[in-house]
Amino acid sequence: MTEALPLAVSFEAFTDVGFWFGVLVTAGIYTLVALGLQLNVGYTGIVNFGQAGFMAVGGYTMAILVLEAGVSFWLALPIAVLVTMLFGVLIGLPSLRLRADYFAIVTLAMAEVVRLTAQNAQGLTGGNKGLYCNFEGVSQTCFDDAWRSVSSSILDFVEGFWPEVDPLFPLLLVIWVTIGVAIVALEYIQRTPWGRVLRAVREDEDAASALGKNALLYKLQSLAISAMLGAFSGFFLALFLTTIQPDDYEPIVTFYAFGVLILGGLASYKGVAVGAILLWTLLEGMRFVELPISEERTAALRFALVGLVLILLMAFRPQGIFGKKEEMVLGR
Amino acid sequence: MEASARAEPALGGEGRGLRERAREHPAAAAFGVVALIVLALIAAKGLHDVAQASLNGLTLGTIYALGAVGLTLVYGILRLVNFAHGDFLAFGAYIAFLVNVTWDLPLAAAIVLAMVATAALGLLSERLMWAPMRKKGAGFLQLLLMSIGLAFVIRSVIQWFWGTEIRTLDVNVVDSVSFLGLRIGQTELMVIVVGIVVLAAVAAVVRFTMLGKRMRALSDDIALAEVAGIDTRRVILYTWLFAGALAGLAGTLAGALTNLRPEFGFELLLPLFAAVILGGIGNPFGALIAGLVLGVVIELSTLVVEPRWKVTFGFVALIIALIVRPQGIFGKAKGV
Repeated sequence: MTEALPLAVSFEAFTDVGFWFGVLVTAGIYTLVALGLQLNVGYTGIVNFGQAGFMAVGGYTMAILVLEAGVSFWLALPIAVLVTMLFGVLIGLPSLRLRADYFAIVTLAMAEVVRLTAQNAQGLTGGNKGLYCNFEGVSQTCFDDAWRSVSSSILDFVEGFWPEVDPLFPLLLVIWVTIGVAIVALEYIQRTPWGRVLRAVREDEDAASALGKNALLYKLQSLAISAMLGAFSGFFLALFLTTIQPDDYEPIVTFYAFGVLILGGLASYKGVAVGAILLWTLLEGMRFVELPISEERTAALRFALVGLVLILLMAFRPQGIFGKKEEMVLGR
Repeated sequence: MEASARAEPALGGEGRGLRERAREHPAAAAFGVVALIVLALIAAKGLHDVAQASLNGLTLGTIYALGAVGLTLVYGILRLVNFAHGDFLAFGAYIAFLVNVTWDLPLAAAIVLAMVATAALGLLSERLMWAPMRKKGAGFLQLLLMSIGLAFVIRSVIQWFWGTEIRTLDVNVVDSVSFLGLRIGQTELMVIVVGIVVLAAVAAVVRFTMLGKRMRALSDDIALAEVAGIDTRRVILYTWLFAGALAGLAGTLAGALTNLRPEFGFELLLPLFAAVILGGIGNPFGALIAGLVLGVVIELSTLVVEPRWKVTFGFVALIIALIVRPQGIFGKAKGV
């Protein structure tokens, strides 16, 4: 930082490939989190504030299976997905009968119980230190060993025609392929009769029930799919940070994801991806605005930015960028 | 209150199951359960330990109650699930820090100024955000997300001016008072005394004054209250004044007990919601009593489980309470 120019903006950052890799990986993880919210909030009308909890259940289950039970990474992933979905159903069964505001608070409390359990059940989760590797003598096993070998073989292959590619490339690739598959699948099921019932439940639960649709069952399925997407984002976050710590699953993750959701717009899956990229470009880009202020104050500004995005969008454009006003559940 | 009054003419318990009776008199049933747990704990752990834990719990409960009364009034009257309420508490605490430590004035002055500043913050948010949004007919999720945005903004202001390091108020944390073999720190005693006095005053205002009556009317049905000739705008302003001032007080007392970090307000939010829901949304008496009970129950839990689990215990209690009886102990079943 130069002292002569107190308000210099260096646009070099935006031409730096490494910057975009970081932004796109983070934005990708948040896209997956917010896709689940889109299904729940945008299409089913259930206000789920527990996405961070589902991420934690997915990530921790995978890591514990690999490190404690010696299950292979590739087997641990589907098991962890199933466990997370089951957890979602267990949470949803009693709480989805409640009014929307109660459900929001229950799911938030659930996510906090998960995080605090991870913090306190030190024997299983490593407490605040979290999970990464097990050391036994000289040999060590880490939960991402299998991923690392795949990652490095992808890198070897790519370096053939793109020398000095960013080491994040394989993760970026896998995340955005997952997002692509998820969006196509979600948009497909939205057009099926199943998807139409979801919207009917969102618009008028009583009417849907009167037509013989079991609204609770549909909401449960919606929550379970959202939990699955949460588990996926939990895996990717763990692979990105190369560790799993309780602090990474604070409710603030869910709140940021809501920011992404609202920015992209309700009832639009592609909007979620655009919202995530936009928000994280802004947030990460702020690092390069060389303000004459301390690190702490820059962090404070990031908070203010997300807060203002939420407030201003809600006030002036509640349907977000791509949202459809006639499909908004906000107005009720 | 009402429920326990109705509990008096015993409905001749013969033909009726215990479950059914418990459902009809939830407050009595809840106190019965708590009393049983306390008795069991006394039998297992001894009277002294239980009394000491209850006393600690009363300190915590006072803070919960002060925070929850304001939160429930706003929730009930404005249909606003205010996720920024925890950060209101933190804001008050940091104002108290400014007065008490930076300006080196006595704690009493800090408490008063914190209450004034937080009340002003509440009124400002009403003026700039909530009143215009209500006019637009914004729904619950819209207001909820907006309150999260407000929470972020308040936290960023705190972090901007005071940073992230841990701050403490200038209070006596060494001396303690002993009576009946129980020990209580001077600060804790101050918290309980100030808190209980203010809570009694609030209860009196809500119960006996015309303003309190109007607030309760709005909480029941805002349209009906308006038709009945109540100046709802005025009552809403008083509601924010109450909620803000109580949040400022609660935050300062919480800060005096432990310490100040930018996120400590948010950490208090879920227990406050627990008290609000247990007490029945929009019911200030319910929130007051539920807050106190929640504090005591959480501290009592440390007799059975390790203290590090006590926060988790509080949240699990919230989830169970919501699922078993979403309308709260004092609430009436309508639209849950």
